[in-house]
Amino acid sequence: MAEIAVSVKNLYKIFGTFHAVDDISFNVPSGCIFGFLGPNGAGKSTTIKMLCGLLKPSSGSGRVGKYDIMKDSEEIKKNIGYMSQKFSLYDDLSVIENLQFFGTMYNLRGAVLEERVETALKLAELSDSRHILTQILPGGIKQRLALGCAILHKPQFLFLDEPTSGVDPMSRRNFWSIIHDFARIGITVFVTTHYMEEAEYCDYLVLIYRGKIVVEGTPAELKSSKLQTNIYRLNCTAPSLLYEKLEASQKFSEVNLFGDAVHIVSPDDIAGVQKAISDIADYEKIEIVNLQKILPSLEDIFVLAIAEANKR
Amino acid sequence: MKFKRLWAMSKKEFLHIIRDMRSLTASVLIPITLLVLFGWALNFDVDKIETVICDLDHSYKSRDITSHIAQSRYFKVIAYAESTKEIEKHIMFGRAVLGITIPHNFEKMLAQGFSPVVGLIIDGSDSNKANIGRGYILAMMNTFSSEVFQEKMTETGIKKVKMPVEVRQRVLFNPELESKNYIVPGLIAVIMAVIAAMLTSLTIAREWERGSMEQLISTPIRGPELILGKLLPYVLIGYVDIAISMGMGIFVFKVPFHGSWLVFFIISTIFLIGALSMGLFISVVAKNQLVANQISMLLAFLPAFLLSGFVFSIANMPLPLQIVSRLFPATYYVKIVKGIFLKGIGWEILWYDMLLLVVYCLVLFLLATLKFKKRLG
Repeated sequence: MAEIAVSVKNLYKIFGTFHAVDDISFNVPSGCIFGFLGPNGAGKSTTIKMLCGLLKPSSGSGRVGKYDIMKDSEEIKKNIGYMSQKFSLYDDLSVIENLQFFGTMYNLRGAVLEERVETALKLAELSDSRHILTQILPGGIKQRLALGCAILHKPQFLFLDEPTSGVDPMSRRNFWSIIHDFARIGITVFVTTHYMEEAEYCDYLVLIYRGKIVVEGTPAELKSSKLQTNIYRLNCTAPSLLYEKLEASQKFSEVNLFGDAVHIVSPDDIAGVQKAISDIADYEKIEIVNLQKILPSLEDIFVLAIAEANKR
Repeated sequence: MKFKRLWAMSKKEFLHIIRDMRSLTASVLIPITLLVLFGWALNFDVDKIETVICDLDHSYKSRDITSHIAQSRYFKVIAYAESTKEIEKHIMFGRAVLGITIPHNFEKMLAQGFSPVVGLIIDGSDSNKANIGRGYILAMMNTFSSEVFQEKMTETGIKKVKMPVEVRQRVLFNPELESKNYIVPGLIAVIMAVIAAMLTSLTIAREWERGSMEQLISTPIRGPELILGKLLPYVLIGYVDIAISMGMGIFVFKVPFHGSWLVFFIISTIFLIGALSMGLFISVVAKNQLVANQISMLLAFLPAFLLSGFVFSIANMPLPLQIVSRLFPATYYVKIVKGIFLKGIGWEILWYDMLLLVVYCLVLFLLATLKFKKRLG
């Protein structure tokens, strides 16, 4: 791929004795959608804030474009767009007042400001309701308006901290398609999320857990990675009860509930697994509808990786 | 410093203010309420002192004294007693502050050239009122004594005797010696000190609490633009509050304004910017609205009210408190406002206090700016 847009080496952020970010290194190629995944409290936001110049790293080094994250935080701020976790626009200002305010903060003025504000209004589909107060907008629209505010100055880098949290699935899909459009015109998008299914939308993924990188790669790489084990999907009449029993039996390396199916991780072949399950299911009088070996989803891989990390 | 950004910041802050009806109403109602409460409640003029009279003589001379007391506006006779014990009872129950006893044979003793003893019983638990009451009675009895003395002299044939010393008084600035005339101007200064710090102490803390600060500091805005941008709209609100307080002072409380409006306006602006900067500084440090509000009350209200010389004379405070009082700008502003209002003094006298206000203003603005960091944590 292209040149490196954002890079980080041996980055640490320590609060007291808590290692929020614990020795992280990665490179983000220019114009790619870089997904930073992990459960809540894994260190995603801390990392993104250090990249945006909002938090000073405890140690390590990093660059955003040609700027050093330790020294040039104010230069970085001129060249990035940042959307914080809770779309922090001003609720008591109207849509256009918010856009004009943030545009001016980025030194836009006159005709340029007007034009960029119009573009952002179109992006948020708010051209006709520009004078309404932000507080009455629904979450999905608000989030797109916040995105519009973050790209007014046409930054080369976009940092989005959990942009889709608390937004309905339709709006989320919509939002990701906008992000793809940005990547297509060469903007590097660094996005954090704890929705595993959103990982599929990214060009490159890093899974972070307890301040450390657990796995990384493109979605394709991760899925084809040589798992030492097999994953089976089981459909049955009482999935949550069977899930509990299987988990308690400790016969499998991992048992997880995915919707109304149970995912079972085991090094054994399907016959062995079938036998082990049947023993428990028959006893509980649960009927097994279907058991099949499946290709691991990204979610499976992350769950496995986190389980692996927990064992260490 | 980019002027456009500063202007956008001010405009945004102004919109916050005018769209928050509750705070806006509070910033107008607080000065009015304080002025009404303190302007009328804080009255140091003592009159209608509750008095009990015990006239055991029932003579022409004794009635001369008691009717004098009864007619004076300084006293209000609440009872006539038959014994000193009864007076004490009235004082004990808090019905009276002062009691006067005129003994048997008062007139007779006067006529025979003896000095009869008039008893005065005072409730010392209200020392201020008691002191003033005692002063009035003593002055009244002195006049009475000198009249008796004059009569005696006339009887013995000496036509006209002049008192050896005569006092002629002239009260400057507040000829009626009305306490509201010095309380209200001081009160206006105290109100401005309190309001200003309260207004701004919330604004930065609010943005931290709402999370909008995180978005704001991710933009290229600079610290001074943000601080000054937030300050300017509040200067406007401050002017409104000054206008309200001045209007009430002059038209409701009828306090005369002898000084120059221009001098008052300039000095008030300087003080306002300083006090608003203090609020901003508190807000920058506290990052929490509740804490910021409490600190600003503590740092603005208490010193302005107790130490500024608004009520309690600074010269009577112990030295450490005197020094502390000089650390708070309200002290200078109270002095200046009183001076302009009552004495009509101008630059020639005020320049030193004003210089101190300018220094204070600059220091607090710098503190707020320097303390504001465009980083989290």
